[in-house]
Amino acid sequence: MHEVHIVGIAEAKVAMHQEVLVSYALGSCVGVCLYDAKLCMAGMVHILLPYQRDSHAQENEYKFADSGIRQLIQLMLSFGAKQNRLTAKIAGGADMLQVNPYLPAIGTRNVCAVKEILSDYHIPIIAEDTGNNYGRSIWFYAETGQLQIKSVHHRTEFI
Amino acid sequence: MVQKYSDLNPSALDALQELGNIGIGNAIRSLASMSGRLIDMDIPTINIIPFQEAPTLVGGAETIKAGILLKVQGEISGMFLCLLDNDVTKILLEELLQKAPASIDALDEMSLSALGEVGNILCCSYINALSNMLDFTISISVPSVSVDMAGALLSIPIIEFADHGDELMFIEHRFHFDQIALISHILFLPEIHSLNALLHCLGISHA
Repeated sequence: MHEVHIVGIAEAKVAMHQEVLVSYALGSCVGVCLYDAKLCMAGMVHILLPYQRDSHAQENEYKFADSGIRQLIQLMLSFGAKQNRLTAKIAGGADMLQVNPYLPAIGTRNVCAVKEILSDYHIPIIAEDTGNNYGRSIWFYAETGQLQIKSVHHRTEFI
Repeated sequence: MVQKYSDLNPSALDALQELGNIGIGNAIRSLASMSGRLIDMDIPTINIIPFQEAPTLVGGAETIKAGILLKVQGEISGMFLCLLDNDVTKILLEELLQKAPASIDALDEMSLSALGEVGNILCCSYINALSNMLDFTISISVPSVSVDMAGALLSIPIIEFADHGDELMFIEHRFHFDQIALISHILFLPEIHSLNALLHCLGISHA
C-alpha cells in the first residue's frame, strides 16, 4: 500500500519510496514535482503566483514559484538529495474562468515563471502537462517518479 | 482602516451580512422568475478563512460544479462566483433551453452561454441592489463559465486574493430549489480596500 500525503495550496512536502504526494484540483496553480531517482525521493510544491517580490503579501514562501521552488530544493537537499540529480515534472497552470482577456492569464504566467526558475537551477523538465483550460489532480509516486494526472474532461494519464 | 479581513468587528460583519441579504434577495427573485421555480435561500454567512480551506467549504476540491465568474469593479471591487451543483445546472438549462443537457461534463456552446447569462443576471441584480442603496458606481465584467472541479474553479479567486493576503472573505449564499435540498453557492468576494470604503459609506466604524 502507498502512503498518501496531501500537498495543499501553498505547501511543499517530500516523500520517499512507497509514499505518494497528491495535490487536488490544480486550476491555474502549478504543481512542481522534483525527483532524485537515486534515492527514490520525490518533492512537490503547489504554487499560486509567479514571483515573491511582485506580491503584496510575501510571508508564505510556498505561494510563489521562485521562493517555493527554492524552499523545496533546500528541503530535499536537507534529506540528502543532490541538486545535480534532480529532474522536474510540472502540471497545472490552466487558464480557466478568464474575466480579463487583455491581460496574460495567471496560469500561463505561473508556468513561464516555473520554467524560468527551474532553468536557473539547471533542473531539466522531463515531462509536463500544463496550460489549456481545465483542472487537474496529480499523484506523484516516489518509488517510480511517475506523475499521474486526472481531469474531468480527459482520461487519466501518466507522464 | 482594516488591513485584514479577520480585523473586521462584529458590527461590520453584521452590516456585510445585511448587504448580502439585500443583494441576494434581488438576485434570487430574478433567478426564480427566469427558472419558473420556487427558490428558497438561507441567511447569508460571512466566511473569513485561510484560502487553503475554501474548497472544503463548497463541498470538496474534486466535486464537479459549474462555475460562473464575474469581476466587479468600481466603488466596490471583487469577484462574484456562482458554483452550481450538477442538478441545479440541469434544472436551469432545461428551463432555459427546453431540453435537458445530455451530460454536464460536455456542455455545448449554447448551454455554456445560457449559464453565463444566469451568472450575469444573478450578479447584476445582486450588485444593482447594492449600488442603488449605496449610490455607488460599479461595473461588471462579462461572465466566464467552466464546468470543472470546484477546487480548480476556486483557484482563480484564491490566486487573486493570495496576492494581497492569506485569507479569503466571502459572503456565502446557499439556495434551494422547489423545497428540495439542491444546494448551490453564490460567493461574493469583496476586496479589502473597497470594504473600507463601503463600511465608511454606511457610517460603521469597523475595526
